[in-house]
Amino acid sequence: MYGKKVKLRFVFLALILASVILTVFLVLQSLKENVVYFQSPSEIKSLIELNKKKIRVGGMVKEQSIFIDSDKVNFVITDFKNEINVVYKGAVPNLFAEGKGVVAEGFLKDKNYFTATKILAKHDENYMPPEVKEALGDK
Amino acid sequence: MLANQIGYYSLILGLLLSVLLCGVSIKDFNKTNKQVNQNILSLSFLQLVFVIVSFLSLIISFINSDFSNETVFNNSHTTKPLFYKISGTWGNHEGSLLLWLLVLTLFIFLFLIKSREQPKKYRILTLLFQQIIIIGFFLFVLMTSNPFNYLFPIPNEGLGLNPILQDPALAIHPPILYLGYVGTSIIFSSSLAAVTQNYVTKEWGQHIKKWVLVSWIFLTIGIMLGSIWAYYELGWGGFWFWDPVENVSLMPWLTLTALLHCIVVLERRVSLTSWVVILSITTFTLSMCGTFLVRSGILNSVHTFANDPARGIFILIFLFALIVLSLGIFFIFHKENNKSSNNFFWLSRETSILINNWFMMYFLSVVLIGTVYPIFLDVISSEKISVGPPFYQKLIVPFLIPFLLFMSLGPRLKWIKSKIENKNSLIITFIISVMLTFFIIKNLTADLLFYTVLISAAFFLFFTTLKELFIKKFNNISQTVSHFGFSLLILSILFNSILSSEIITNIKIGERYDYNKGEIFFKKIEERKESNFNSIIASFEIKDKNGKTIELKPEIRIYNQPIIITSEADIKTTLLDDKFLVMNLVKGNEYFNIRYQVKPFMVWIWISVLLLSLGGLMSLFKRKI
Repeated sequence: MYGKKVKLRFVFLALILASVILTVFLVLQSLKENVVYFQSPSEIKSLIELNKKKIRVGGMVKEQSIFIDSDKVNFVITDFKNEINVVYKGAVPNLFAEGKGVVAEGFLKDKNYFTATKILAKHDENYMPPEVKEALGDK
Repeated sequence: MLANQIGYYSLILGLLLSVLLCGVSIKDFNKTNKQVNQNILSLSFLQLVFVIVSFLSLIISFINSDFSNETVFNNSHTTKPLFYKISGTWGNHEGSLLLWLLVLTLFIFLFLIKSREQPKKYRILTLLFQQIIIIGFFLFVLMTSNPFNYLFPIPNEGLGLNPILQDPALAIHPPILYLGYVGTSIIFSSSLAAVTQNYVTKEWGQHIKKWVLVSWIFLTIGIMLGSIWAYYELGWGGFWFWDPVENVSLMPWLTLTALLHCIVVLERRVSLTSWVVILSITTFTLSMCGTFLVRSGILNSVHTFANDPARGIFILIFLFALIVLSLGIFFIFHKENNKSSNNFFWLSRETSILINNWFMMYFLSVVLIGTVYPIFLDVISSEKISVGPPFYQKLIVPFLIPFLLFMSLGPRLKWIKSKIENKNSLIITFIISVMLTFFIIKNLTADLLFYTVLISAAFFLFFTTLKELFIKKFNNISQTVSHFGFSLLILSILFNSILSSEIITNIKIGERYDYNKGEIFFKKIEERKESNFNSIIASFEIKDKNGKTIELKPEIRIYNQPIIITSEADIKTTLLDDKFLVMNLVKGNEYFNIRYQVKPFMVWIWISVLLLSLGGLMSLFKRKI
C-alpha cells in the first residue's frame, strides 16, 4: 500500500523511538541505584529511619578531633550544631585538616557513627564544596 | 603598564573590526564578483593580529609580574618559575577566554585562506556566523572578564597560581584542548552557511571533513593531556573520574566522533544531510554548554576560577541566542536533498555508520544526564546528590560489547549493498579471541562470564584490525589505525582496572609494612627548598614477592604562595605496568598516609589514544584518490 520509502521511514522512526525509550528507562533505573545523597550532620540527627545506602556527609573537621593509627583515621565532622564521628580507612587528601571543610562518602552505622569509604579531595585552600557551605550556613 | 594598555585597546579594535567585517561582507555578498573581496581577507587577518597582540601583551604582563594588572595579581607571583608565569596566562578565567578568542579568530582566518575553491556566498556566510560568535565573546571578555583591569595602588606581590596547575602537562593542556573545543565553532558556522545556501553536498562534505578532523585530533589529545595530569597530580591513581568537568569535554568529543563518521556517508552517498547539520550544531552547542557549566561556578572544580553570576548569565543568554538562531536557520532553510538515492539495504556501510551514531548518541545521553541531572535536582528540590562512576560504568560498559562487535564488522561492509566476506576467517578470529580471553582471565575475576564476553569482543576488534593492517592494501589505513587504537584502548583500560592492586596505610619513618605480596620500607625523608615551595622527599623501598626491590621517592610540596600542600606521586613506568606511590601529610602527626598502586598497562592507555589520533592525522594528510 505504501511506497518503499515511506515504509523505510516508518521502520526508522520506530527504531529511534524504541531506542530512546530503552535509553531513558536504563538511565533512570541506574540513576535510582547509583545516586549518592548529601547530608549534613544535623540532617542525619533528624533522620527517622537509618538509610542503608551510601551517602555523603559534609561539614568542618572539628578542632582536636583527628586521631590516626597505622590503619585508620578517626575524626569528627561538625556543622556547629550537630556532629558525627567518622572512621576512615584509606588515603587522606592533602587539604584534609582540622578546622577545614570536608566531604566524606560512606555508610551510616547509626546516627552518631559514620564509616567513610572515601574522603573527597579539594584542589584549593579557599575552595569549599557548595554543599558544605550550605550545610554550615553563614559560618 | 604599557603592555596593559596595548592589550586592552587591541581588544577594542578587534571588536570594531568584527563589526566592520560584518558590514563589508554583507555588502560584498550581493556583488557579482566570483571571489571574496580581498579586503575581507585582510581585515580578518588584521583582527587575528589584534587578538594575538592582546594575548602577547598579557603574556608580557605575566612575565614582568606587572601587578598593576588585576589578572596577573590574582594568578601570578614573582618567585614562580618563568615557564609557569607564561602558562599562568591561560591558567585563569580571563586569560583562557582570551585564548578562546584567539582560536576563534585564528580558525576563521585559516578557513578563509583554505576555502578558495568554495562558493563565495558560502564563505561569506560562514564568516558572518563566525563573527557573530566572535562578537559575543569580545563583549563577554570586555564586559565581564576584562584581562586588563587596573589595580591601584599597585600591590608588591601577587597571589600566586594554584600549585596543582604548575605542571608541564597542564601548561599545554588548555591550548591543545581549545584548538579542538573551540575549533568546533568553524564547523558550526560553516554548516549553518551551507544550510542557507543549500550546499550540504558531496563537495561540502569533503571540504568540511578536514575541519572536523582537525578539531577531533586536538580534542582527543587535549583530553588525554588533562587525563595524564589528573593521573599523576591528583594522587588517586586513576585517569578518569567521571567528574562533570571531564564529562563536558567528553560530550563534544562523542558528537564530533559521530560527525566524523557521518561526514564519510555524506561525502560518498549524499545522504544523512540533516543529521550532519544537526550534529555540527550540537557539537558546538555542547562546547558552549561546557563553558557555561564550568565558568558559571555551577560545577566546582579546578576549572572554576571565580564565581561571578554575571558571567554565567551572559553565557547562558548567548548560548540560547545561538541555539535559537541555528535551529531557526535549520528549519527555515533546510531542504531534504531529494537527489539522494533511494536504494537502501540493511547490510551496508551506511547502516553500520548509523549504528555507530546510535551508540555515540546513547553514550552522549548517559553522560549528559549524569552531568546535568544533579544540577536540575538541586535547582528544583535543593536536594544535593552526586552521580558517581558506578552510574556511568553500569550504563556504558555493557554496551561496549555490541559496539566493539559492530566496529569489527562494520568497516568490512561495502557501500549500498554488501555481503560479509571471508566468513570463515572471521569466525576463526572470533574463536581465537574467545579462547585467548578465557585463558587470560579465568583465574582473575569473579565476574567471569561478563568479562570474558567483553574482552573477547575487544580482542576480536584488535585482531581484525591488526590483520587488516598487515595484509590489506592500504586504502583505508587511517581508519584501521584509529580502530586498532580504540581496541587497544579498551583492552588496556579493562586489564588495567581488573589487575590493578593498591595498598593504603599510615606509616612512620623507619617502619616496615608487610602485605601479602611484599614489603614496603619507609627509609627516610629529606627536605629541600625551591624558589616557591619547600618539599619533603621521602624514600621508600618496595620489595615485591620475587624479591625485586624498587625505590620510589614521592614528594610533598608546601607552596608558599598561595599556601597549599600538594603531593607529587612517584611513578616508575615500564611497558608492563606503572608502580605508583603517593604520600600525604596529616597535620601535626608523625604518621604519613601512603597509597601504593600497581597499575598494569597504564602506559598503553596513552599510547592507544595517540594511535587513535594518529589515524585522524593520517586521514587528514591522505592524498586524494
